[in-house]
Amino acid sequence: MTAPTTLGARPRHLLDFADWTPERLTALLDNADTMNQVLDRPVRKVPALQGLTVCTAFFENSTRTRVSFELAARRMSADVVSFAAGASSLSKGESLRDTVEVLTAYKVDAYVVRHPASGAAHLVARYSGKPVINAGDGRRAHPTQALLDAYTIRQEFGSLEGLTVAIIGDIRHSRVARSNAELLPKLGARVRLCGPATLLPADLAALPGVTLTTDPREAVRGAHAVMALRLQQERMAGGYLASLQEYADHYQVSGALLREAEAGAIVLHPGPMNRDLELSSDVADGEQSRILRQVENGQAVRMSVLYHLLVGRE
Amino acid sequence: MTSLTITHIKRPGADRLESVTTENGVIKGWNLPPEGEVLDGRGGTVAPAFIEPHAHLREPGQTQKEDLASGLAAAAAGGYGTVVSMPNTSPVVDDPATVRALIEKAEGLGLARLRPAAALTRGQEGEHLAELASLKEAGAVMFTDDGRTNENARVLRLGLEYAHSLGRVVSVHAEDASLRADGVMNEGPVSEALGLPGNPAAAEAARVARDLEIVAQTGARLHIQHLSTARALELVRAAKARGLPVTCEVCPHHLLLTDEALRSFDALYKVAPPLRTQADADALLAGLLDGTVDCLATDHAPHTRAEKERDLLEAPFGIAYIELAFPLMWTHFGERLGLTRLLDLMTAAPARVLGWPVPTLEPGAPADLVVLDLEAEREVDPRTFLSKAKFSPWAGETLRGWPTLTVVGGRVAFRG
Amino acid sequence: MTPKATILSADEVRRALTRIAHEIVERNKGAEHLALIGIHTRGIPLATRLARKLEELEGVTIPTGQLDITLYRDDLSEVAHQPILRETRVPFDLARRRVVLVDDVLYTGRTVRSALDALIDLGRPEAIQLAVLVDRGHRELPIRADYVGKNLPTARTELVKVKLAETDGVDVVELHDLPEERP
Repeated sequence: MTAPTTLGARPRHLLDFADWTPERLTALLDNADTMNQVLDRPVRKVPALQGLTVCTAFFENSTRTRVSFELAARRMSADVVSFAAGASSLSKGESLRDTVEVLTAYKVDAYVVRHPASGAAHLVARYSGKPVINAGDGRRAHPTQALLDAYTIRQEFGSLEGLTVAIIGDIRHSRVARSNAELLPKLGARVRLCGPATLLPADLAALPGVTLTTDPREAVRGAHAVMALRLQQERMAGGYLASLQEYADHYQVSGALLREAEAGAIVLHPGPMNRDLELSSDVADGEQSRILRQVENGQAVRMSVLYHLLVGRE
Repeated sequence: MTSLTITHIKRPGADRLESVTTENGVIKGWNLPPEGEVLDGRGGTVAPAFIEPHAHLREPGQTQKEDLASGLAAAAAGGYGTVVSMPNTSPVVDDPATVRALIEKAEGLGLARLRPAAALTRGQEGEHLAELASLKEAGAVMFTDDGRTNENARVLRLGLEYAHSLGRVVSVHAEDASLRADGVMNEGPVSEALGLPGNPAAAEAARVARDLEIVAQTGARLHIQHLSTARALELVRAAKARGLPVTCEVCPHHLLLTDEALRSFDALYKVAPPLRTQADADALLAGLLDGTVDCLATDHAPHTRAEKERDLLEAPFGIAYIELAFPLMWTHFGERLGLTRLLDLMTAAPARVLGWPVPTLEPGAPADLVVLDLEAEREVDPRTFLSKAKFSPWAGETLRGWPTLTVVGGRVAFRG
Repeated sequence: MTPKATILSADEVRRALTRIAHEIVERNKGAEHLALIGIHTRGIPLATRLARKLEELEGVTIPTGQLDITLYRDDLSEVAHQPILRETRVPFDLARRRVVLVDDVLYTGRTVRSALDALIDLGRPEAIQLAVLVDRGHRELPIRADYVGKNLPTARTELVKVKLAETDGVDVVELHDLPEERP
């Protein structure tokens, strides 16, 4: 018996998981193991993407995500150019298309895009004609975060098949929740989305493999992984929350809530954390927490994503 | 004395080829000996030129998007003889001098006729009535704060009463701004899956319900623009059954497209009110068939390509296809509606809404005519649009039934 | 697909490995500080077998490891599909080790070039040597093997297929004609 050596034609982009089969997603997570080995060596670099140029185009600030991607690309020997555009270039009236066309003229081979508008990564893909990795677009998707979440859970349990993952917080505005709700069921897990009714759009129940509940105990009961989402404090101004205290009192992932979960359940958070708001400090620092592991895994997963998108003929 | 004769044309529903002669801007008669310029109608169907009750021509102030010349040329190419322009320009059309200037400029163009709507409130701010009587004298045919929503119900009530006394209709963009919030598309499973802020159907229905109560209270005429939801249509249907003096319009894009189109993340499909569900589109078509919907309007809302290539949060609302209105409706709904009803929805119905004489083909009527080739099939090529907005969701689609000739006041405004 | 020739039988494979083991001991004056690292896929069982023979000969434990060179290939932009990455496992310190890289077939030399780069990124061995079961010629890089089971002149239109019990259920080396490329 010989192992299969190829996975068929690669998807062109990682915008969301629509074009990604469970087999390729599994291979991508498998390959992240190899990338983690590379990160454990004295020389944390391989020549796989030598000669290619990756552009991190961040239309919204996120130093952590950008650093993770840039390190991942450099460890694969790609050249990295970073483009950061704040509100300033929008007010200058330069369209997204103009920006992307200028960057593409610099001979960029692939884009990593962060943008405040849902769908912007799709537009960059259309305008650039180059492979695009979505590093977070509006509320829409943050696929590499979901992949590193899946990878971290898999590291713990070996497989996602049959697991239950509870995601608690501001589901409405969360691209992390949407991407996990798309990815985890593809890998065999059930997803429970939980938050106050104002932050939990009922229409999300239409997603396959996903259930909604406003009761955190119900969400966590029997779960193998519990993810707390960052609560953006400006949601107060939007009228979604009566007070932060009200939120923390009823939805904080605390030791007491965690006891409802499966024994050995792990705790995740996409960062950056509001300690003692969405997550109690004792849980964040407790032995069930895998939050720092997630950060470590992020780099390996992103290296694997770059490998899957950029290695091989187009 | 200028005369024009169009030969080889059929009146709707007839098979016989006839000719019509116009003189000094009115129809002189049928099958007279040809005089003046003679045009061959090539067997097309003739009808009174269409009336567009709702278009954004962007002049003054936003002429990078459209101007009177391009907008009225596009309208003529679409078979329209008359366009009611919306006042949400820069500056807002809320003073008589601007109304006069627009009319004067449009008359010199020899394209479709311009009939400006003026703002109901100063600056369309919704707080102080504009000088409606003076605006009427200057030529404003309708009052509306379209582009904005009339959040202050008391001011709208006063405006309705005042406009009614002047014999002018008020039209409203009926959406509750606080419920609509930052929505950029219909709220539903699609918006949630795409992570785009949704605009709930309730925003339209709630505002229509409020405005219908004001109509019931005052008895003043109200026209509701671009209805998009089944629920709001139901409210209008009930109000008409009560005998309230309310009319409404529907746009072809709300019949032909749904929120599924947003899965492309293409801001071409970002319109206000948003594209809804197939159930809503079906209900609107039923409303056209049973008469609840009074007329069609395209809400021609051109923007520059760069603006529409922005992301969905940044791009402006609006779609422009006045040149395609008839082919789209005839291709997709010609069989369901029939030619007579479709022509009525695009000509006599808007005239009734606006309180104008119903256009006819009888001698003495204004010589505003469109000739349609009901069989012609052609691929939509936005590069050929006369509008400045040279892009379209229907690019590359083959449509049937195209205007070949538009005559306005006895002069050729468009020849295809 | 039937082979046009059998190059090495199971017995011949065994004898070739035995000879290589002796040569390794001779060249290195014993087996101290030796380590064997097999290149995926068939270099790995070959390395394991050689290690066993060395242990029998010298009575010392020979550390073994395995190397996946995919991330070091010089043709990654050309391959049609992404190769699956396999495990690299070198569970010992390379410093002061004399490492014998083991592969089944030496052909253009590009795989060995990749393996040298990969190995050096893992540490700094005292020396690196190369053992192969078959050297079929047609080098594209200045690389040669220190230990060769069988030198086999071939044409580029031919394919040398090594089958091993661990991976293929049988020990044999065959010569095939490459399937003709379809136009």
